[in-house]
Amino acid sequence: MIHFDNVSKRYAGSHDALKRINLRLPKGQMAFLTGHSGAGKSTLLKLIAIIERPTRGRIYLDGVNLNNIRNRHIPYIRRNIGIIFQNHHLLYDRPVFDNVAMPLVIQGYRHKEIQKRVRAALNQVGLLHKEKAAPITLSGGEQQRVGIARAIVHKPALLLADEPTGNLDPDLSRDVMQLFARFNQVGTSVLIASHNLDLIRAMGTPVISLQDGKVSNNTLPYYHPA
Amino acid sequence: MAWLLNHLQVTLASLGRLYRQPIATLMTVAVIAIALTLPISLYVAINNLSQLSAHWDSSTQISAFLYPQVNKQQAQILVGRLRLNKDIRSVKLIDKQTGLAEFKKTSGFNDALKFLNTNPLPIVLVIQPDIDSAQPLKTTQLLQHLQNENQIELAQLDIQWVKRLFALLEIANRSIWVLGSLLALAVLLIVGNTIRLDIQNRRAEIEVAKLIGASDAFIRRPFLYAGLWYGLLGGLLAGLLSSFSFMLIAPPVHRLTLLYHSSFQLSGPSLSQILILISISCLLGLGGSWLAVSRHLKDIEPV
Repeated sequence: MIHFDNVSKRYAGSHDALKRINLRLPKGQMAFLTGHSGAGKSTLLKLIAIIERPTRGRIYLDGVNLNNIRNRHIPYIRRNIGIIFQNHHLLYDRPVFDNVAMPLVIQGYRHKEIQKRVRAALNQVGLLHKEKAAPITLSGGEQQRVGIARAIVHKPALLLADEPTGNLDPDLSRDVMQLFARFNQVGTSVLIASHNLDLIRAMGTPVISLQDGKVSNNTLPYYHPA
Repeated sequence: MAWLLNHLQVTLASLGRLYRQPIATLMTVAVIAIALTLPISLYVAINNLSQLSAHWDSSTQISAFLYPQVNKQQAQILVGRLRLNKDIRSVKLIDKQTGLAEFKKTSGFNDALKFLNTNPLPIVLVIQPDIDSAQPLKTTQLLQHLQNENQIELAQLDIQWVKRLFALLEIANRSIWVLGSLLALAVLLIVGNTIRLDIQNRRAEIEVAKLIGASDAFIRRPFLYAGLWYGLLGGLLAGLLSSFSFMLIAPPVHRLTLLYHSSFQLSGPSLSQILILISISCLLGLGGSWLAVSRHLKDIEPV
């Protein structure tokens, strides 16, 4: 699903955020990305969503070389990815339903289909009864679940999550991680950046560890170190 | 079909957005309307004046004063000869008695004229040229030709002041285009600035939309439609304002023209003029928002 081939990223006037990363996440695989803050977790996720471009090396997403994707075609790449952020990125001027419906509206789905899919997504995260609520009235955990519903409503092949449990207590964090595991069971590839090591160990999922912009440890099944 | 439906939805949604901020919307629309009312009103006013002067121009006539010693018989022979000229539509002979009677009636010198033993007025020929007003040179030639007739002492044309009026109108017309262009530019910038603020206010929404794969066209669309709405509403209001202004001005103008024994009626902007105004306004709104969108949407990238 994801293939990093000798990828480096240097921010202008700064240090190398990522150094010669080689990495392969097979289709349908779930994995954690760990490391201290500043180790390059967020940068790696941003490169996959083409929020940033690599300084060197190639990234393949589902066989497509992202270096060859022009800016104006980025939206079509992102439509195959569901992205979940630590701070939700919900829009507070509209109800939960409209927030979750956004990816479908963007892709021009019909009204009936949108209703069906949004309800299904909200049902999966256990918030069907909150569809008319304003996001600001929801708890942190509920807001995060709305964000997850929005990320999965258009059934992307890949889910990326950046510290999805960063603001949640341990119980809620476990629920959220279980949710990701369930999406993975129906075939979605999942990559989660997290430093919640206890939880990661409890999940028994492969882990990619980053240290100073390099892969320091990788327990993915098909990993061949360069 | 789905594409059309989406456009319709976005159109209504952006109108709804304007409706939810009535004061801000009204202010922007009013500024656009005022900026457009000024040139359209001046344009229509100048149009009215040109119509009035066109009427005068077609009634331009040459007065030919004959030498005092020319008698009526000789004058009639001259009239017959002049009527053969293809540049002359009609010739009217005013003999000395008629001229005196008319002069007495209109000049108010009735009492003074009683002291004169003889009639001092010459025979006058009122000549209606059959010349297109767009060819002032030919009129001058005709005038020269008449002047060369040895029975005509003086041939006078009232075209000089009409020419001057036309020149003035031409200047006014040109000025309106300059003024209109400047104000159109102002409308473009007003809409552009309004949309720019709108983009800044919806930064979060744009970021999220870009992150979940919205195409540039999708993000652009609501702003472009907002610009179109501003233009449409501003144009409509400008049409109303200018029509209303003319309705206010028309009665005193009518009273003035009655004093000049003219049946001239001030006419406000016509329906087609208003429609053109609204179309231009829509284009300006769309253009202004396009400027803002192409300038500022690029700056917003998810981080």
